[in-house]
Amino acid sequence: MSVLTVNSLGKSFGGVRAVENVSFEIGKGEFLALIGPNGAGKSTTFNMINGQLAADTGEILIGGKSIAGMAPRDIWRLGVGRTFQVAATFGSMTVVENVQMALISHASRLLNLWRPAASLYRERALELLAQVGMQDAADRPSRELAYGDVKRIELAIALANDPQLLLMDEPTAGMAPRERNDLIKLVKQLVIERGISVLFTEHSMDVVFSYADRIIVLARGRLIADGDAAAIRDNAKVREVYFGTGKTFQGASS
Amino acid sequence: MTLDAFLFQALNGLSTASGLFFIAAGLSLIFGVTRIVNIAHGSLYMLGTYIAYTLATKIGGAFGFWGGIVLTALFVGVIGAAIEMLLLRRIYRAPELFQLLATFALVLIFNDMTLWLWGPEDLLGPRAPGLAGAVEIFGRRLPSYDLFLIFVAPAVLILLHFALAKSRFGRLVRAATQDREMVGALGVNQAVLFTSVFALGSLLAGLGGALQVAREPANLAMDLAVIGDAFVVVVVGGMGSITGAYLAAIIIAEVKALCIAIGVVDLGFIKFNASKFTLVAEFIVMAIVLIVRPYGLLGKPQGNVRSVAEPEAPIRPAAPLLKAFAAVVLALLLALPVVAQSSPYVMVLATDILIAVIFATSLHFIMGPGGMHSFGHAAYFGLGAYGAALLLKSAGFPMLAALLAAPAVALLGALLFGWFAVGLSGVYLAMLTLAFAQIVWAAVFQWETFTGGSNGVIGVWPTAPFNKAWVYYLLALALAVISVLLLRRFLFAPFGYAMRAGRDSALRAEAIGIDVKRIHWLGFAIAGGICGIAGGLFAFAKGSISPEAIAVGRSIDGLVMVLLGGIQTLVGPMVGASVFAMLQDTIMRQTEYWRGLLGCVILFLVLAFPQGIAGAFSMLWSRFDGKRGGRA
Amino acid sequence: MSAPMLSVDGLQAWYGAAQILHDVSFNVGRGEVVALMGRNGAGKTTTMKALMGLVARRGALRFNGADISGLRPFEIARQGLGFTPEDRRIFSELTVMENLDIGRQPPRRFPGGQPAPVWTPQRLFELFPNLGEMPNRPGGRMSGGEQQMLTVARTLMGNPLMVLLDEPSEGVAPLIVEQMASTIIELKKEGLSILLSEQNIHFARLVSDRVYVLEKGEIHWQGSMAELSGNLDIQRAYLTV
Repeated sequence: MSVLTVNSLGKSFGGVRAVENVSFEIGKGEFLALIGPNGAGKSTTFNMINGQLAADTGEILIGGKSIAGMAPRDIWRLGVGRTFQVAATFGSMTVVENVQMALISHASRLLNLWRPAASLYRERALELLAQVGMQDAADRPSRELAYGDVKRIELAIALANDPQLLLMDEPTAGMAPRERNDLIKLVKQLVIERGISVLFTEHSMDVVFSYADRIIVLARGRLIADGDAAAIRDNAKVREVYFGTGKTFQGASS
Repeated sequence: MTLDAFLFQALNGLSTASGLFFIAAGLSLIFGVTRIVNIAHGSLYMLGTYIAYTLATKIGGAFGFWGGIVLTALFVGVIGAAIEMLLLRRIYRAPELFQLLATFALVLIFNDMTLWLWGPEDLLGPRAPGLAGAVEIFGRRLPSYDLFLIFVAPAVLILLHFALAKSRFGRLVRAATQDREMVGALGVNQAVLFTSVFALGSLLAGLGGALQVAREPANLAMDLAVIGDAFVVVVVGGMGSITGAYLAAIIIAEVKALCIAIGVVDLGFIKFNASKFTLVAEFIVMAIVLIVRPYGLLGKPQGNVRSVAEPEAPIRPAAPLLKAFAAVVLALLLALPVVAQSSPYVMVLATDILIAVIFATSLHFIMGPGGMHSFGHAAYFGLGAYGAALLLKSAGFPMLAALLAAPAVALLGALLFGWFAVGLSGVYLAMLTLAFAQIVWAAVFQWETFTGGSNGVIGVWPTAPFNKAWVYYLLALALAVISVLLLRRFLFAPFGYAMRAGRDSALRAEAIGIDVKRIHWLGFAIAGGICGIAGGLFAFAKGSISPEAIAVGRSIDGLVMVLLGGIQTLVGPMVGASVFAMLQDTIMRQTEYWRGLLGCVILFLVLAFPQGIAGAFSMLWSRFDGKRGGRA
Repeated sequence: MSAPMLSVDGLQAWYGAAQILHDVSFNVGRGEVVALMGRNGAGKTTTMKALMGLVARRGALRFNGADISGLRPFEIARQGLGFTPEDRRIFSELTVMENLDIGRQPPRRFPGGQPAPVWTPQRLFELFPNLGEMPNRPGGRMSGGEQQMLTVARTLMGNPLMVLLDEPSEGVAPLIVEQMASTIIELKKEGLSILLSEQNIHFARLVSDRVYVLEKGEIHWQGSMAELSGNLDIQRAYLTV
C-alpha cells in the first residue's frame, strides 16, 4: 500500500484554479521530488497535504486514511514529519529542548504542569541530534545557530515522531552549496536506513536530478509529467514549460 | 410591550449608533494605515463633547452650537495631528505593546487635563437650535435632534467611502493599509500621510463627541466607556473596514436598544430586567460574530503579529546565587512584622506590594512566555475580588473559604474570555481583552442589586486571626510565595515549554502536534485564576471592593509593572510590581492629578526606552561587555 | 566617463542584529545596465533595500550627485531612484490604474539638463500590452507575470533616472522573462541606468554591460559581462552549484 495517495486534488482561489485534478502516489521508502515553475501550484499542493489548506475537490490518503478536515497537528500524529521552506525553531529554547519539545508532544505529555521539561527525553533527543550531526550544539540557544544548522535541527525535530512520511518544502533553500549536498545526502541516507518516504519541493535542479527516485512536474496547476530523472529530462512538455525555449532571448539581444 | 414601542426603541438605537460609528470609523482608519490602536480615541471623543459644550454655551445661539460642532471637529483633528507629530512619530518602530501603552498614557493625561479645565461635574449642553422640538413617531415623541443624528452617520459614511475610492488621498490610504513601506519606496511621504490620517480619524472622533453635546452630558467617564464600545464595534465590523464599522455600530446599538425595550422579562420561574443587561448583550453579539467570522463581519484575515521582539535567552533553573538571594529576601519579609511593629502603615503597604506581585507575575505568565498582551487583566482581579466579597456577604461563606474561592471564580471567567481571546493575536487580542475587562467593570457597575453598583461591596473584613494587619500580611506573603512558585513550576514543565513554543513559532508548534490555541487558552485561564488570588486578597485587605478598583487603570498598572521589570525575565515582574506599588503610593499622596502624572511617567519610559526597558539594560550590558573586550 | 549615476562605497547593512552586508562598493554609470550576481542569500536584495533606505545601513552612497546615505526611502525615491522589489509588493486591493497612480511623480531631468523619459499609463500599456487589457483588475487577481510587469510599470510612473530591478526573472514564465529582457534593453535605450540583481547568468548576459559578484555580503569579483561569460572558474565558484 502506498504511504501517500493523492486523488484528483483541486483548489481554487477567488475563481483562479491553483491546482486542478492532480493525482499521484508515494510508495514506501520512495524519495519523490515535486517540481515546477513558480505559480505552478506546488505550495498549494504541499499545503493541502500538510493540512494547512483544505482541498476543494479530491482526496488525500495517508496510510490509507483520509485527512479531510484534519489540522496540521492531527496529520503529524498520523506519522508525518515536516520541514519548512523558511526554517523555524523555537528561538527561546536550546537546540536539545527544541527536539525534546517534539518528543514530549509525541508522548502526549504537553499538559503536564509539574515535571521539569528539561530532563524529559533528553537522551533520545541527543540521539536524534547525533543523527543529524548536531550533538555538540545541544545546549546552545537555537537562535544563535547558522541557517544551515537550523535546517538540520528541523530535520531532527521532524524525525522525533518516527515518521512514515517526511514533507520537505525546499529543504535546501538559502543554504551554501556544500551544506546543501550534505543535508540532502543525510535525508537520502535516512530514507534508505529507516524506509521513510519523502516528498520534497526543490528549485535546485541538480539536487532533484541527482537524488530523487522519482520526479513529478506541475505546471499551471496540472500534473504534466511523472517519472525518473531521465524521463523528465527527455519530456518535451516539461522542457517547454520549465526551461523555456530561449528563442525570444536571441531576438531581444540582437 | 407593543410593536410601536419596539420600533421607537429601534429608532433610538439608530441615533446612538451614529456616535459609535464616528469613533469606530476613526479608530479603524488610523489602525489600517499606522497600525496603531489609539486607545486615546475615546478621550478625543470626550474632548469633543466638552469643547462643543463650551462653544455652545459661551458663544451661544445657532452659530455657537452648529458652528461650534464644526469648529470642535476641526480642533480635535488638529489635536490628533499634534499627537501624531509629537508622540507617535517617535515610536512607530517600537514594539506594539509600547505604542498601546503610550496612547493609554494619553488617556490618563487627557482625563486629568479635562478634570482640571472643566471640573468634575457633568455638563449638559443646550438644545440644538432649530432642532429643539420633537416629532411624533410610533405614538411617542422622538427629539428632532435624534432624527438628525440618524441621518448624519450614513451621510458621513457615504462621503468617506467616496473619498477613499476616488481621491488620490484615498488611494494612498488603501495602499498604505496594505504595505506602507512600499508606498514610501514609491516616493510618498509617509509622515504626511500618517499625520493626515491621524488628523482625519481624530476629527471623526471629535465630531462624534461634539454631536453628543445636546444628547448626553459631558462627563469624565466617557472616554473609557466609549472606547470599550468602540473596540467591540471595530472587532465586530472588522478592523480597517469603514462600512463594517457602520454595520457593527448599528447592530450593537440596536441590540442594546432592544434590551431596553424588552424591559422586565417574566419567564414564570425567573424574572429579570433586560434593560440592566445591555453590556452583557453586547458581549454576546461580539462572541457570536467572532465564532462565525474571526476577523469581523467585513474584515480580512491579518498576518500573525503576536511577537515582534527578539526571542529571549533559554530559561534555566535558578542559580545557587539567586536561590540564596531569594531565601534572604524571604527571611527579611518574614521578619518584617517584628521590625515594623511600631508602624502599622508598613504592614498595609507591604500587603499592597505582595498583591501587586501576584497580579504582575500572573500577567507576565501570559504576556512573556505566552506572548499574549492582555490589556484587561483587571477583569480577573475584579472577578476574584467580587467573587470573594459576594460569596462572603451574599452566600455566607466564611472568610477563608471565600478567599480560596476567589481564584476559582476568576478561573471560570478567564476560561470563558480566554476562549475568545486566544483566537486573536497582537493588538486584536489586546483590544478584545480590554473590551472584556470593560464588560466585567460595567456588569458590576450596572448590576446594582447584586453588586452594589458604584458603591461596591463594603464590610468585607477578614475574621480573626487575620483581622490583625501583620497576620493578614503573613497570609498574603504565603499566598504570594505559593503563586510565584506555582507559576514558575508551570513554566519549567512541559506546559510552559509548549506555551513558549506556540509563541516562538505557532506554525512549527502546530507541525509537531501542539494545539497552540488550547495551550494558550489554558495558560490564559491559569494566569486569570492566580490573578484572582490577588483580587481576593485585595478585597479583604481594603474591607471593600468597588468598580473603581477594577477599572481599566488596574490593567494598565499591571502592564507598567511587567514592562518596568522587564518582560524577558522571570524575576522582572516581581521587581517591577514592588517598585511600581511603592512609587504609586508616594505619588498618590502628593497630588490629586496622580493619573496624569502616571501618564507622564509612562510616556517618559516609552520615549526614553523605545526598545523596552529590559532591552535598554541588555544593550547597556553588551556595551559594557564590549568595553571589557568580550564580544566584538 | 562622467561622474557615475550611482556610487556606493563601503556599504554595510543589517537585519536586526545580523549583519548581512560587510563591505560593498560599486558604481553604475549613466545609461548603464549593471548586474549584481550571486547565490541566494549572498546579499543582493539587501543591497537594493539598503540603497533605498529600507534596512539599517552605513556607508557612502551618492546618487545623481547627491548624498543619499541619510535620506529616508521616500526622499530617495524622489531623487529619481526607482525600486522594484523581488516579491513585487503589488497593492492587491487596488486596480492596475490605481497601482500606477500610487507611483506617480513629476517629470525630472538628467544632470545635463535633458529631460528624462516621461511615463504615462498609455505609454506603459504600449510597453506591457497585457496590462492595457486589464486596467481595472485588482492587483490581487493578476498572475505572477502580470504582477511582475505591473511592479516595473508602477516604478516607471515615478519617471526615474535609474531603476533597481530585484530578480525580475525569478518565478515567472519563460515568455515573461523574455519580455523583461526586452524591456530592460528598451529602458537602456531611453537613457536610464539599471541595477539588476540576478542569479540566472543566461538572463544577465542578455542585458548587462558589467557585473559585480556578491558572496556573503562582500563583492568578490567585478568585470565586464563578456569577461564573466568566459570565466568558468568564477561562475562555478560563486554562481552555480
